[in-house]
Amino acid sequence: MVLAIEAEGLTKDFAVGFWRPRPYRALDSLTLSVEAGEVFGFLGPNGAGKSTTLKLLMQLLYPTAGAARILGQPVGDTGVRQRIGFLAENPYYYDYLTAEELLAYFARLFGYRGADITTRVSRVLDEVGIGKERRLRLRRFSKGMIQRVGLAQALLNDPEVVFLDEPMSGLDPLGRRHVRDLILGLRQRGCTVFFSSHILSDAEALCSRVGVLVQGRLVSSGRLSEVLAFELKGWELVVAGVSDALRPELARLARSVTPFGDGHMLLHLAADAEPDRLLGELTRRGAHIVSLNPVRETLEDYFVQVVGATVARDERGVGA
Amino acid sequence: MRAIWFVAGAAFKESVRDRVPYTMVVFAVMMIAASYLISELTAGQDLKIIKDLGLAAMSIFGLVIAVFIGIGLVSKEVERKSVFALLTKPITRPQFILGKYLGLLVTLVVNLSVMTVAYYLVLFYMETTATATMRASWAAPALDPRQLIAIVLIMGELALVTAVALLFSTFSSPLLAALLTLGLWVAGHFNHDLRQFEQVVDSRAVAALARGLYYLLPNLAPFNVRAEVVYGIPVAASHVGLTLLYAAAYVAALLVAAIAIFRRRDFK
Repeated sequence: MVLAIEAEGLTKDFAVGFWRPRPYRALDSLTLSVEAGEVFGFLGPNGAGKSTTLKLLMQLLYPTAGAARILGQPVGDTGVRQRIGFLAENPYYYDYLTAEELLAYFARLFGYRGADITTRVSRVLDEVGIGKERRLRLRRFSKGMIQRVGLAQALLNDPEVVFLDEPMSGLDPLGRRHVRDLILGLRQRGCTVFFSSHILSDAEALCSRVGVLVQGRLVSSGRLSEVLAFELKGWELVVAGVSDALRPELARLARSVTPFGDGHMLLHLAADAEPDRLLGELTRRGAHIVSLNPVRETLEDYFVQVVGATVARDERGVGA
Repeated sequence: MRAIWFVAGAAFKESVRDRVPYTMVVFAVMMIAASYLISELTAGQDLKIIKDLGLAAMSIFGLVIAVFIGIGLVSKEVERKSVFALLTKPITRPQFILGKYLGLLVTLVVNLSVMTVAYYLVLFYMETTATATMRASWAAPALDPRQLIAIVLIMGELALVTAVALLFSTFSSPLLAALLTLGLWVAGHFNHDLRQFEQVVDSRAVAALARGLYYLLPNLAPFNVRAEVVYGIPVAASHVGLTLLYAAAYVAALLVAAIAIFRRRDFK
């Protein structure tokens, strides 16, 4: 089976400094593969090399070392570009064209002609939620609207693989929800989506696999179920009507007890706290159970842990 | 080939919606105002001044468009990153460069054509309002079609300057590219002086450098036949043909260089 995206030892150095330029490694030996139909989240803090990777995959940058292939073909192949879509981070288009004209221009480059252009342009603009504004020149568009136009141009050719660099950037909560739904729709119709983000809740909701990039290096990659062990970390219990006699006992059983309004108490319990037994006991002694929720590791916990560990290791390495 | 035309079409549309129409309006207003003022102030010399002014203005206005919009078409795209969306479509970098060049060339041809019409309308007005005595003092008829030769050569020069602007804009910032292009335009008009340089300097190295620069820098002086057409002096067809051939060869070399640079360029 042909992989949707393959990168083998992809490395990029930039020269920094004017008088005495020295190399700065923005991406270091990135090797990864994405299977067709996957939604792959490429995560990392600012400056980790996410956009550099996407630009290398789009051949907007040439690698210092290594190579990449999309749908089995070398990146930059014009035939491959016919089958992919790309949204750059903070995109910008031509001020003096309307959204319709811009998309019609791109549609012609894809080889569409006549009525097919009009139908296609109209459909993708509907998909991204651009209504009558489509006849306005882009200079009058807000950042969020430009982002939507960017998504529309990335979906214009019904791509097999879509690359999105921070697709939620600049969008309001409604817009973000819209983009999430769009990506889910793409996943449903078998399109491969490779997107970079630092908004972890989006990645958690959408991705089948994630890769974490820190300081130009891929420090972790795998299925969400693998990288996040989904281990039970504890329980969150909210109770009301706790008698004074019961309080010291609860303080002994729980990791922490936080009282809040109307006599409610929030208890953090250990993973092995046997909540069934505790709930029975509390009810028997007159307390009222408001809620009980398991606490599992989130992508954010994982991200903070991985990034923190990598940065700390690098700092130790520099210090040594 | 189709992709080149699509890029050219978009470049033309954008430049026409940008500032190009203003230059044509300013030109038309300037010509009409000048013809009125000059006819009030001078006697006999008015037609010559109008022709001088009109042809010089076409050249300067065309230069402004070629330099500032020409540079914007590539370096502005790179600076604002709109090039990212375009270069990830089924189009090669050489097609992008050629399309941009062609788009600006079409813009310049349309712009120059409109200015030519405005210019001839003013001359037509002068022709119809002139007395027989005034006509007798003119070096050449008001509506002399040979003026078109000067306009064609202005277009040739602008095509060359546009290619220079495009080349600079593939690797430098818009401001630097504008300064370099204007600098080369000035140097191009004094290029023929370099040819005489070896006769006035003793140093063989300096003479060789001057000769090298003479061949390397564009020679723009032959494109200026404005004085000849204003005074009704014939311009040889061979001069026009060779000058346009020179422009074509120089433009081709500049475009090859621009493509070679742009092809390997990283877009950060």
